[in-house]
Amino acid sequence: MRITLNVWRQKNTNAAGAMKRYEVPNVSPDMSFLEMLDVLNEELIEKKDADGPVTFEHDCREGICGSCGFMIDGLAHGGNERTTVCQLHMRHFKDGDDLVLEPWRATAFPVLRDLMVDRSAFDRIIASGGYVSVSTGSAPDGNAIAIRKLDSDLAMDNAQCIGCGACVAACPNASASLFTSAKIAHLGHLPQGQPERLERAKKMVDQMNNELFGSCTNIGECEAVCPKGIRIESIALMNRDYSKASMMERPSTGDLGFG
Amino acid sequence: MELNSRVPSGDIQTRWTRTKFDMKLVNPANKRKHSVIVVGSGLAGASAAATMGELGYNVKCFCFQDSPRRAHSIAAQGGINAAKNYQNDGDSVYRLFYDTVKGGDFRARESNVYRLAEISVNIIDQCVAQGVPFAREYGGTLSNRSFGGAQVSRTFYARGQTGQQLLLGAYQALERQIDAGRVQMMTRREMLDVVNIDGQARGIVCRNLTTGAIESYAADVVVLATGGYGNVFYLSTNAKGSNVTATWRAHKRGALFGNPCFTQIHPTCIPVSGDYQSKLTLMSESLRNDGRIWVPKKVGDKRKAAEIPESERDYYLERIYPSFGNLVPRDIASRAAKKMCDEGRGVGESGFGVYLDFSEAIKRLGADKIKERYGNLFEMYDRITGEDPYTLPMRIYPAVHYTMGGLWVDYQLMTTLNGLFCLGEANFSDHGANRLGASALMQGLADGYFIAPACVGNYLASNKFAPVGTDHSAFKDAEANVNQQTNKLLNASGKRTVTSFHRDLGKIMWEYCGMARNAAGLTQAIGKIDALKEEYWASVNVPGSGDELNQSLETAGRVADLIELGSLMCRDALAREESCGGHYREEYQTPEGEALRDDDNFSYVSAWQWEGDKKAQTLVKEPLTFDYVHPSQRSYK
Repeated sequence: MRITLNVWRQKNTNAAGAMKRYEVPNVSPDMSFLEMLDVLNEELIEKKDADGPVTFEHDCREGICGSCGFMIDGLAHGGNERTTVCQLHMRHFKDGDDLVLEPWRATAFPVLRDLMVDRSAFDRIIASGGYVSVSTGSAPDGNAIAIRKLDSDLAMDNAQCIGCGACVAACPNASASLFTSAKIAHLGHLPQGQPERLERAKKMVDQMNNELFGSCTNIGECEAVCPKGIRIESIALMNRDYSKASMMERPSTGDLGFG
Repeated sequence: MELNSRVPSGDIQTRWTRTKFDMKLVNPANKRKHSVIVVGSGLAGASAAATMGELGYNVKCFCFQDSPRRAHSIAAQGGINAAKNYQNDGDSVYRLFYDTVKGGDFRARESNVYRLAEISVNIIDQCVAQGVPFAREYGGTLSNRSFGGAQVSRTFYARGQTGQQLLLGAYQALERQIDAGRVQMMTRREMLDVVNIDGQARGIVCRNLTTGAIESYAADVVVLATGGYGNVFYLSTNAKGSNVTATWRAHKRGALFGNPCFTQIHPTCIPVSGDYQSKLTLMSESLRNDGRIWVPKKVGDKRKAAEIPESERDYYLERIYPSFGNLVPRDIASRAAKKMCDEGRGVGESGFGVYLDFSEAIKRLGADKIKERYGNLFEMYDRITGEDPYTLPMRIYPAVHYTMGGLWVDYQLMTTLNGLFCLGEANFSDHGANRLGASALMQGLADGYFIAPACVGNYLASNKFAPVGTDHSAFKDAEANVNQQTNKLLNASGKRTVTSFHRDLGKIMWEYCGMARNAAGLTQAIGKIDALKEEYWASVNVPGSGDELNQSLETAGRVADLIELGSLMCRDALAREESCGGHYREEYQTPEGEALRDDDNFSYVSAWQWEGDKKAQTLVKEPLTFDYVHPSQRSYK
């Protein structure tokens, strides 16, 4: 297969970027998309290309670490159902395809270089409340609290989020609602998450707004591209907890920080 | 050099309790005056940083990824062992201890392994309390599955993503401490040197991977939790970024490297498909609960799996090891698969593959049940190979997965460098010559949540710390050293890419230091690696500059260290003239072809001391004694 790539090249956050065109001949259908980029990069290094190899983030290449991700023809991770770009194989493309590769585009995700962005806003959202406050050593026996299998399964469905950022990239508002709600729903479905449930929702949503992610307007693109199949019903759960928290959990209006 | 392992004496069941009682404590008000550096944010690093933050220490945690949640612990699939005996099937702390010592082929320290088994139960409690959604039964209790090398069901799991869920639990605990201001997280930093001042590890030098700046950080103690070095084989199940650099640089500063040749080849991975291949993907060992492994009885049988009748299939693990069957330990399952393929009975286009077949389990339990247990693994297999494992048997082949070796540590997890601790896969300590499935997660979390915080406290309370700043000459020297290496790599300006060298190294290691090793091959490999090292420094092509985000430069430094490590692994494998666990020397085998240990001469830990760039490392031995589990030839028949 022969593939043509139009790749966003940008030297650093402050530099101007531009699209560059590259030809990759001899693509095997069994290659992953990232392996095709490896082949391109080897060639760019060997011929000492002025722009150097294309920078893209990746690590486990098994679809679980959440490092990789960029837009292929406007679709996050390339638009193959429940698949990160590292697990997307070239057998899904055709000989002669002409593809456009761009980084995630969102104010809250500044471009670091080429296809790599800064997603540290996600860590700050988790730090604002995405946990159960239990210090090491203070846990009761694992079977002390029985958990309904369905609740445990629903918690797991949400806990699968890999924090890749595809939901933000696919959303016309660049909202991080799917990501944030996945953590709120994961812990909200479990008895261990109940004591901090409302406070958590309020803190995390406030932090999400402070990071300049947009608001959710129920478009559903996030669910369509999520490689882990997180559903937008989690956003409904988040909104319910957030409204409840806003009514019941406010020490003073000054601490609310509506975004 | 004499190694002091600080292993306590007396009754094994109270060794850890007594050690903890004998430790000095840091008073709560003084804890915040102590600074701790943790390098690595996987299960061991994140849990250690979070716990030490909770205790009140001033912690800085470093990782090379963009977030601590990306660490490769996230990819562990199958589960985590704990001696809870919730299944009432005869499990106990002692049995988990026994299985692990035996599984490690009697090359691990009994004291460490007992402590690991003892702590295993606390880990499950802690993780449940954090909200880790382990699999549950309809009654609401925790569910278990079986893993290789054990005849009880003691593995806790969260679908096929147990590592992910445990890491996210530790990551969330860490983020909580970051929010509380007790841990400062330094992402996109790669540790390139450890700094010793007056006989104490007092800080690190790292490269800021976004800006390229070389940065120094001082502290009272340094903890390395930087994972394993399986990427020395180029193709492995490790993440692309996994590397040996942090521990290797510590080794070059005086920390001894333990059992480098003990590597684990995992029996069930997706076979290689082409030269462009960048990594291998594991299919969890848990699949061996329900999948049956077979090859055709006839050599060179190229028929499709479905066309081979039952009577012409060889379920070789069930045949050779009837009592453990498909659940024999990993080293044994891997060697058996290699043997079948070497006989010409391998399947798939390359002939390097065996079938892992679920058709019987699907008939017995229904496709839904199988989907619930392994759904995400089946999906992953389908995505990579384009084949549906619900209708066709999986093709699998062994691949490098885990490294039992690592920095030598004493019972309190301190390396031979005073004040430098090492946790998780990065140390050598608990798995001997072969790790049992679902034990890596257990060890990472035992080290991080429970052992390191106690031992680091003891070290801080027992020593005095002169104030040290990063303007100290030792930091300046280390920075100069790092800069010099960066410049050397950038200025080599040769023709060959870093990856092409890495691939060559991998081929040498896999051929000569992989599943089967022999003296002639290892000697040859050492020569080849030395030549590769020379060529590397003379003609590697690293594009770009040092003061920008430069992924090629990052890889270049890592590959330089992996090349040196590869040579040491081969020398370690050559010096160990016996077979044990994952280390299989063809010269030393039983008449049935099983690993033949030599307890009279090799019942020791090999710890290698760096002697400078021009000289080979020297071997220091830590003798192993077995007071509880008497060494015998492992039998899984």
